[in-house]
Amino acid sequence: MNIASVSFSYLRARPLGTLLNVLLLALGVATIILLLLATDQFEERMQRDARGIDLVVGAKGSPLQIILSAIYHLDVPTGNIAYKQAQEIARHRLVKKVIPLALGDSYRSFRIVGTTQDYVAHYGAKVGAGRLWDKPLEAVLGAEVAARTGHGLGATFSGAHGLGDRTGDAHEGHPYVVVGILERTGTVLDRLVLTSHQSVWAVHAEHHDIKDVADIEKQMKDEEKEFTALLVQYASPLAAAILPRYINNNSDMQAAVPAYETARLFTIVGVGVDVLRGFALVLMLSAGLSVFIALYNALNDRRYDLAIMRTLGATRGRLLLLLLCEGLLLAAMGAVLGLVLGHGLTEVLGRALQAAQQVEVTGWAWVPAELWVVALALGVGVLAALLPAWRAYRTDIAGTLARG
Amino acid sequence: MALFAVHKLHHSYDGQKVLAVDAWQAAQGEHWLLLGPSGSGKTTLLHALAGILRPAGGSIVVAEQDLAALSPSALDHFRGRHIGIVLQRLHLIPSLSVIDNLLLAQYLAGLPQDRQRVEEVLAGLDLGEKARAQPHELSFGQAQRVAVARAVVNRPRLLLADEPTSNLDDARCLQVLELLQAQAQACNATLVIATHDQRIKTRVARQFELGAAA
Repeated sequence: MNIASVSFSYLRARPLGTLLNVLLLALGVATIILLLLATDQFEERMQRDARGIDLVVGAKGSPLQIILSAIYHLDVPTGNIAYKQAQEIARHRLVKKVIPLALGDSYRSFRIVGTTQDYVAHYGAKVGAGRLWDKPLEAVLGAEVAARTGHGLGATFSGAHGLGDRTGDAHEGHPYVVVGILERTGTVLDRLVLTSHQSVWAVHAEHHDIKDVADIEKQMKDEEKEFTALLVQYASPLAAAILPRYINNNSDMQAAVPAYETARLFTIVGVGVDVLRGFALVLMLSAGLSVFIALYNALNDRRYDLAIMRTLGATRGRLLLLLLCEGLLLAAMGAVLGLVLGHGLTEVLGRALQAAQQVEVTGWAWVPAELWVVALALGVGVLAALLPAWRAYRTDIAGTLARG
Repeated sequence: MALFAVHKLHHSYDGQKVLAVDAWQAAQGEHWLLLGPSGSGKTTLLHALAGILRPAGGSIVVAEQDLAALSPSALDHFRGRHIGIVLQRLHLIPSLSVIDNLLLAQYLAGLPQDRQRVEEVLAGLDLGEKARAQPHELSFGQAQRVAVARAVVNRPRLLLADEPTSNLDDARCLQVLELLQAQAQACNATLVIATHDQRIKTRVARQFELGAAA
C-alpha cells in the first residue's frame, strides 16, 4: 500500500471517467506525435531529394510546379525546353554541373525519367543487380518500382503517356528492357524508372519519322531534341545572384530555386499543420479541464475518505501528494496510450500514403521532441490536480468528521 | 502513571464555548465512558484527545507527550502510531479491499506493512474470509468489525470510539461494546467511548460526565 496504489485504486473505482480522461489526453498526445513524425519525415525527405540541386530550369510556368515535377516527380512538367538552350546553360561559366531530365511517360504510374548516369551518381545510388543503361531503351528500376512491379532483370515493359493513373496510350512499339535494379536509397529515385534521355526521344521518335533508335542521337536534328528540365549545380555562390535572373530575363525558360520553393511549400503546408497542432493543444487543454473537473468533483465525494486518512496518521502533505499522484497517473496513462496511438496512426497513414506512392512516412521512428509532448501531458495532469490537491491539503478534518 | 491527562481544557467555536474540562486522567488499560447530553462537547473532547483538533486552551498529555508541543505533521504521526479511532460512521475507503484498508492504516502510520498482523486481527474478528472483499460487499456488522480492526491494527495505546452504538438494536449494541472492550484489552489500550446511549451505562464502571458547557 502506498500513495500511488491508493491513487490508482480511486482511478480504478470509476473506470468510465478514467477512460474518458485518459482517452482525451491520449488523443491530444497522439495528434501532436503524428504531426511531429509526419512533418519531420516529410521535411527530411523533401530536403534529401533536393540536396545538392541549386537550381532547376524548365519551361516557363510556375516555379513551384517545376520543382514538384523535376525534383519530386509529383506534378506534371510545365513543358519542354530546347536542346540548344540547354547546351548554353550547361556551358555557362557559373554552372558546374547539369543533369538533364526528359520526362513525359510513366509505367504503372511510376515515372520514366530519361537522364544521364550523373543523376544516379547525384543521389549516391548503388546498383543492386545488373548494371546501368548504356543503350537506348535499356531501363534501370528504382527499388520501390522493382518491388511493386515484380520485374527482374530482363523483363520488358512499355511506357505510357502521362503520369499517375491518367496515363494515355502505351508506346507498344518501343518496349524497354530492364538491365539493372537500384538499391533502396530513401530518395525519390526509389519510385522512378531510369533510362537514358535518348530512350525517351526514341520512344517518341515516330513524331520525327525515325525508325532505327540505336543511333538516334545522330539521326535527330538538334532542333528536334528537347529536355523537360535541367538540374543545375552552381560553380560559385555568385551564380545564385546572377543565373536565375539571367535565365528568366533572357530566355523563354523558367529558373526555379528549390530551397526557396520548398520553403514556400512548407509555409503552405505549415498553415494546415499549425491548425492541426492548435486542435491538438485544444484537445490537451480540454483533457486537462476534464481531469480537473473529475478530481474536483471526486473531492466532494471523498472528503470523508480524506478525513479518515488523516485520523489514520496521514499528514496534509500526504493528501496533497495523493491528489497530485492521481493527476499524474492519468496523464502518464494518457501519454503512453497517446504515444502508442500516435506512432500507430503514423504507420497507418504511412502505409496509406505508400499505396498512393507519395511520400514515405513510418511510425517506427521517433523524434526527440516527443519527450516534450510527454512532459507537456504530465504537466497538464499535475496542473489539473493542483487546485483539488490544495483543497485536500486544506481539509478541516474535525469539521468534516463532526458533520459526518 | 496516567496514559492521558487533560487539564483546564476549553474550546470554543465562533466565540461560543463548547467544551470545558477541569481535569480528567486515565491509566493504561482502563475503560471509560465519556457521557453527557448532546452539545456537551463529547465529540470535541474526543477529537482533542486524538489530536484532530487543537483546543483553544488547556493541556492534553497522551503517553507522556504534550500534544500542543507537536508540530502538525508530528501530531499526525503520533496519532497514526498511538491512537485508534472508531467513528459512528463506519467509513472504509471504498476503493480498497478490506485487507488494503488495514494495510493503509499501517502505511499511513509510518509502520511497516505487516500482512501477518493484518490477517491475525481480521481472523480475531472473524473476518478472515472477508479479507479480499470490497467494503460495499460487507454487511453492516462486518463493516463495523473491519472499522474496529482498522483502529486496533497498529496496537494503539489509546482507543477512542465516538457513539459506536447509537443506531444499533439492543443485541448488537452489547456485541459492539464487548467487541471494543475485548480488542482494547487485547492490546492493553485505554478505551474511551463517547456515548449518550443509556443501554451501556451500567456496563462500564469508569465514567466521565461532561456537563453543559459553562
